[in-house]
Order: sequence, then C-alpha cells, then structure tokens
Amino acid sequence: MLDATLAELSAALAAKRVSSVELTGAFLDRVRKLNPDLNAFITVDRERSLAQARAADAKRAHGDAGPLTGIPVALKDIYCTKGQRTTCGSRMLEHFISPYDAHVVEQLERAGAVALGKCNMDEFAMGSSNENSYFGPVRNPWDRRRVPGGSSGGSAAAVAARMAPAATGTDTGGSVRQPAAFSGVCGLRPTYGLVSRYGLIAFASSLDQAGPIARSAADLALLLNVMAGFDARDSTSLDRPKEDYTENLEMRMGGLRIGLPAEYFGEGIEPGVRMAVEAAVAWFEAQGARRVELELSRTKLAVPAYYVIAPAEASSNLARFDGVRYGYRAKEYSDLVDMYCRTRAEAFGAEVKQRILVGTYVLSHGYYDAYYLQAQKVRRLIAQDFSLAFEKCDVILGPTAPTTAFEIGAKAGDPVQMYLGDIFTIPAALAGLPALSIPCGFDEKGLPVGLQLMGEHFSEATLLGAAHRYQQATEWHKRIPKETPL
Amino acid sequence: MVWEVVVGIETHAQLATASKMFSGASTAFGAAPNTQASAVDIALPGVLPVANLAAIEHAIRFGLAVRGTINRRSIFARKNYFYPDLPKGYQISQYESPIVQGGKLTFQLDGREHIARLTRAHLEEDAGKSLHEDFHGMTGIDLNRAGTPLLEIVSEPDLRGAKEAVGYARALHALVMWIGVCDGNMQEGSFRCDANVSVRRRGESVLGTRCEIKNLNSFRFMERAIEFEAKRQIELTEDGGKVVQETRLYDPDRDETRSMRTKEDAQDYRYFPDPDLLPLVISEQMIHDIEAAMPELPDARRERFIREYALTPYDAGLLTVSRTAADYYEALVKASGVEPKLCANWQTGELSAALNREERDIAASPVSPPMLAGLLKRVTDGTVSGKAAKQVFEVMWKLGGVVDEIIEREGLRQVSDAGAIEKLVDAVLAANERLVGDYRAGKDKAFNALVGQVMKASKGKANPVQAAEALRRKLG
Repeated sequence: MLDATLAELSAALAAKRVSSVELTGAFLDRVRKLNPDLNAFITVDRERSLAQARAADAKRAHGDAGPLTGIPVALKDIYCTKGQRTTCGSRMLEHFISPYDAHVVEQLERAGAVALGKCNMDEFAMGSSNENSYFGPVRNPWDRRRVPGGSSGGSAAAVAARMAPAATGTDTGGSVRQPAAFSGVCGLRPTYGLVSRYGLIAFASSLDQAGPIARSAADLALLLNVMAGFDARDSTSLDRPKEDYTENLEMRMGGLRIGLPAEYFGEGIEPGVRMAVEAAVAWFEAQGARRVELELSRTKLAVPAYYVIAPAEASSNLARFDGVRYGYRAKEYSDLVDMYCRTRAEAFGAEVKQRILVGTYVLSHGYYDAYYLQAQKVRRLIAQDFSLAFEKCDVILGPTAPTTAFEIGAKAGDPVQMYLGDIFTIPAALAGLPALSIPCGFDEKGLPVGLQLMGEHFSEATLLGAAHRYQQATEWHKRIPKETPL
Repeated sequence: MVWEVVVGIETHAQLATASKMFSGASTAFGAAPNTQASAVDIALPGVLPVANLAAIEHAIRFGLAVRGTINRRSIFARKNYFYPDLPKGYQISQYESPIVQGGKLTFQLDGREHIARLTRAHLEEDAGKSLHEDFHGMTGIDLNRAGTPLLEIVSEPDLRGAKEAVGYARALHALVMWIGVCDGNMQEGSFRCDANVSVRRRGESVLGTRCEIKNLNSFRFMERAIEFEAKRQIELTEDGGKVVQETRLYDPDRDETRSMRTKEDAQDYRYFPDPDLLPLVISEQMIHDIEAAMPELPDARRERFIREYALTPYDAGLLTVSRTAADYYEALVKASGVEPKLCANWQTGELSAALNREERDIAASPVSPPMLAGLLKRVTDGTVSGKAAKQVFEVMWKLGGVVDEIIEREGLRQVSDAGAIEKLVDAVLAANERLVGDYRAGKDKAFNALVGQVMKASKGKANPVQAAEALRRKLG
C-alpha cells in the first residue's frame, strides 16, 4: 500500500479494501520510523491527521468522495495551516501558529485529502539543497550522505522514501523540479498564476508558484486538478476555465515536436546525467516525436538575472518579520532599531541574510537601474526567446539539473557553484512557464537523474501527457530507494 | 515687499470606501484598537493584497474633476521602510506611474480667480498608529487605520503665500467632498495637508530651497505655519544664512515649526513595482461610466447660479461652498417660486447665521427648503413683513411647525386690509398736521416720516407698501 499510486489508493479506498484512517496510520508509522534519520518532516501531528482521515472516511460513507478523498498528502512547511505551526524552515517562525489555511490547503481539504504533516525545507525556500533549514538538513533516501535537493527537499524525500504518497512544494527558481530530480520523484511547476499563492509564505512573489510532487505524472495530474484554480485573494491568479489534467494523459506521441536547446546539453553537465537524458530523448524519437534543435543563447544570463530579481523581492517580502507582531523577537534590546537588528540577526540564517542584503543593494538608489531594471530586461528577453522557441516545438526537453545529488556540505562554502546548479530550472521560472521533472535513469553512483519537460503557458496537459507516456514505457519512477526499503 | 513666498501642497485624502485599499476590513473610524485589522492588514505570512475597485473609481472621479490625465495603465509600487505601525515593512503606493497625472484646481480668493496646477494624484494605503501614551515605556500599535485607502494629491509650487495656499486647500477640501470621494473630516484625519514652502526675491525665476511642513490639521494652522515658516526663511536668508532642505513639524501650541529630519537623514525607500499586484489597467468604459455619473462640479454650478438666478458672483460662491448648500438653494428656489435673489439673501443671511451659531451642517438644518420656501412665499405675498418673517424663522428653527400657523399664533400677520389701513392713515394725517404741511411744501422726507407713523400706529403690522399708497392717495 505504501508503494501504490494515487489512483490505486483511490481505488482501494473506494472498494473499502482500506480506510483512510488505516492508510493515514500506515504512512504516519512510516514517518515515525524514517523521519529521525531523514528529517523530511518538521511537524507531524498524528491526531490532527487521523481526525482528518476519519472525516474523509465519513465523507466517503456519505457518498461524496472525490479522487483524493482519504489520501494523505504532505505539505511543504511554507503552506500556512490553520491552528498549526508553520515555520518556513526558519527560527523566525519556529513557534508561529497560522490562524488561517493557504488556498491550496483549503482546496486539498475540500477534496478530502488528509494533511500528513509539514515538510522540511530550505529557510524561506532559499536554497537548492535543504541545508539552509533551521531544523537541520534533510537526507536523500538514495544516499543519506547526500542532499535531497531544495528548497522542497523534505517533500521530495518524503515521497521518495514512501513516507507520503504525494506532497506539495513550491518552485521559485526550481524548488519543486530540482529536489524531484535529486530524489528520483516527479515534480511539476505549473504556469505562473495557475495555482493561488494565497497562504504560501512569499519568497519572490513574481516567481513563486505552488506545485505537486508525486511518484508519477498521472499522480501529478490528479493533484493539479485540485490545486489549480482561480482565487480572488491572489491578484496574480488567473481566471480561466478549469481543466481536467488527467484527460490528456494518453496523448499521441506521433508528430510531437521536441525542442532540444544546445545550451542544455553543453559543458558542465555530468556524463551520467547527459546519458540518461539523451536516452530519454531517443525514446521520444522512437515514438514518432520530431526532434527540433534549438538555441536559447540567453540561458547563461538567467542565473544572474534571477539572483537579482528574487533577492530584490525577498528583501521586501521578508521585511514583515520584524519582531513586532508575531514570530521571533530578540530577548534583549536597547531600543527599536536594536530590536529590529537583533531579532533579524538572531532569527534569520546566513543564506537568508545574504539574499536580503543583495536584494536591498540592487534596489538601492543608484543601483536600481543597473541591476534590478537590467535584470527585468533580461527576464523579458528570456521569455521572448521561449515564445519564439515554442513556435518551432511543443515541448522542450533537457536535464532538470546538471548534476545528480551532491554530498551534504559539498557546496556549502560556494554559493555561486550552488546557484549555477539552478541553471536549467531558472529560465522557465523567469518566463512563468510550466515545467516538470521526472526520473529518467540513474548515474554511475546509483543516483536518480531528472528529465525536464518545459512547455508554453498552460501546456500542463501536454507536459503531463508526454511524461505519462514515457512512464508507461519505463520503470525509473517505480524504483524504491535502497536505503529506505519497504 | 521684496520676498515672494512659494508654496506647494501635498494632501492625503482618505477615500470614502467601506473597506480598505487592499483588504476587506472596515475603514470605520473609532473602533477599539486592532479590531478592524484583517490578516492582510497585520501582514501575516502568506497574505496578499487585492486592490479595492471603489478606491480606484474615486481616484478616477477626482482625476476627471480636475481635468487631469487618467493613466490607462498605472503601477502599484512598494515603498520600503521599517516602522512598527507599518506591518509589511513597506507601504503600497504608486511611484513612477500614478493613476492621475496633471490637472488643475480653480479657486476664488478675495473676489479673484486663482488656478493651481496639479502634479499628480496617486493611490496608496495608510499606515497604522503608534500610541506612545498609556504604555509605560512601551509603544502600543493600533492597526485599524493600516491599509485605509488614500489619494495623495500633489500640487505644483503655484501658490504664493499662506492665504493662497489655504484658498487652494479649502477648494480642494470642498471638491473632494463635493464629488463624494472623501468625507473631509479633518479631526479624524480624513484630509491631511503638508506644505512645501520656499522663499525667493521677487522677480527671481529659480525656486528657493524648500522645507516640508507636516502636521497641518486645520486651515488655521496651515496659514499660521506657512506664515511662520516663510518669516523664518526670510529672516534666515536676510541674515546671510541658507535654508536647508528638511522636514519640519508645526507645533500649534508654540505656533512655530521645528526641524524633524534633514535631507541627509532621508531614507532610501527602494521603490519597486509590487509583484503581488498586476499593473492597474483602466478601461475607456470605466472612465466613461464615471464621467457620466459625475455631479455638476462647483465651478460650473457657480457660473450657472450667476447666469440662471442672476446672483452676484459673491452670493453664487457662498451658495456653492458645498454640494449640500447648492442643493438646498435650488430646492428652495424651486419650492418657493419666489425671487431667486430673495432665496439667496435668506440662505446666506438668516439660515447661515443660525447654522453657524449652532455649528450645524446645512444638511442637518431644522428648517428644510420646503419650510423656508413657505415663509418666503408669505414674505413675497405680503402676509408678513421682512422683520416679522425673521421672528417666524426663529420659531421654525426652534420648534418647527407650519408657517401659516406660526404667523397666526404669534400674531405676526401684516395688516393688508385696505379699510383698516385707511383708518390708520386718516388718524395719522389728523394727528400730524405739521408733517402734512411740510410734505405739501415739497419736503419728501416728511412722507417717509408719515409712513413711519402709520407703521408705529399699527405696531409694525401694517403693510408698508399699502400704507404708502393710501397716504399718497389721501395727500393727493
């Protein structure tokens, strides 16, 4: 049961072969067993989850169950959950109890899903390794000495280790796709505006997007059906007709034009990653997909542009954490400014401080034009390049990350090296495009490799369909990490 | 006078909306601290702003009223600074692209028309309040006001001296209330002005260094603060000193301005477009609908009063001081059917005096337009004299009631019965032979004296017109 897909779990619940309480209990037991080692969850409230499971069982007994009713889903600890601690991986919010639910949490609850717990993450979603959490690093179930990726590292590790059948993440520059790749699971970043940001603790508002993490493209589609939708509380939420993302899963592959940007297959890519991705490309071609060679020459500008825009927005978004109204406040201080300084010095970690400083700098008088405006121009050009590329192809394929999971501490002292690891996930984020990562093989160290599929705005159904067809023919996504056997 | 005082005014007008600029919380004044602060207002993690359409409509209404340009696409920007009553650590405002650009405000001062150009008007949200009293060394924060919609209206430095500045501010105050975008309540902070003041020698074209004066929460304080500040700058310059650009606070108790912060302390607000809000795009249809629903504006109505009711510019100005006053006047003219000038005299005279005496707004006048119309009809048809009418008005003001009943009850009916007047005239003529002689000898003054005698004999109730006619007839 722990290894079943969402569709299988849904069928089992519908056939009364298992109750939600039993199912939830089984996953909670697995969390209890593995979490002390993996540290994928920050908060688990067994009673709260079981109460929701009982409610889901009752809902099913009433005959108004949907596909997700009774299925446990883990939440990244950036999603505000009412009456429950929501830490965002920070000392700043270590004891913060949210008085309200995020939109996505409401949607999941309405669908009858059971919130399994709050997953570990890089502090305020800033990081690509989950090493920046105040609550300690998450370990990769494929190799405990390695990182699971970040910032949604806890969510990805939880799904990989079968501690949860699915989880939510958020993706600002790759925080869903990269940990999915590193942890051997599937992750989708939807089109910007498709999923409401209301109740997600903001990192960089123009980039933040909620997305599902699961073990198959079909499961991602089921989750997206519930997560996507207009929300008037988010001004950037898009008011468009709801789609059923499961409808296109059996799509025809013949004639699909797959774009291959040279920049995504160039230098700096580990051979194991390249081989796995090229094998996947070959599979698509064998199904009748047409190969389109592309150039996305501004790809190398994406990382520097992102590391101006995201910190700029973050420096402003994180100003509310001032010790005045909620969250951490320094114990001792001499006056107001001292209170601010000590509170923020004591409760923010090093990476968060660094980004606030960078963001403050690039927005400052005299630097704004040279950095912030310039970065926005680059962002528009990158979006334009994608628009042109999608005139020639339907889906862009490439690696999700240039490497597989690295060892904990390996890049800790070198932020630039760490940032460059985001080179393939940042461009779609800057352009607001949907992109997903699915497992496409393993490198020589036995670590999972992620294949990234990017599409035009609102092409989620196409991306999910292509990924699903690939997964019908391959077994990579079904492998269980050897360090966390069932 | 060799010095010219140059003033520009920045006004924060609180927009009259039921809910806040970016949240659904109420904007009502006076609630218990922090009871009108929603999750968005207190800036909980994860919350997002949604712009209030009513506030946007008010801003457009104002822009159209001052003939400014409504930017079809304007941008909300974040103004970043730390302060305990600023929950997000930034204020959402508009910076490079405000909703209204340009425009002008016309106002009357000492019988002359002035025009001040406007730079811009932009939407923003208010901060909360820091309460420094009652907390024993700590500061209380009340976030009820946080997020209240404001329209910041910036004038060009077109005002010369304190009187013009106040004339502008009064006209602006009247306009925002006239078009219904602001309740204008200065005590509650709904209409707040800052003045940028500089001085220069007359004839010079370059502006002097300005100081911004804050805390001008009444027109009287504004006038005194600008006068003080201008004097300070003139004396400083004449003594060989230099005005330093700074923000100064007006202290009404000491009637002086003092330095708050200099330009060197000015913060870098790190403005940037708010990524939580899309560019504010305004459709032609929306502008058209607002334009169509726009009330007749004060200037146009004033001009029409002069034209249509043959009023003096002065009277027309008084009667269009507010929309309620103008509405009262037109209701009065319509209900009474008497001379518009008589209506104007009564509204600006008796009624206005009574309202002032009791500090009442005309909308809350105990004497309504139909009541006053009834009285003016009786004045016009001679039932009561002008003097008696004032007594009737006082009774109506205090006790209410129907005009004709009051006249009868108080015995104020004018004697217009020809026979009765004739008797009075005969008696007066018999008793005043000397005056009659004077009149016949060509002394016109004697006639007036005779009328006075008839009035006296009637205890003021005789219709003076009829009395004069009867006298003239009898004297041949």
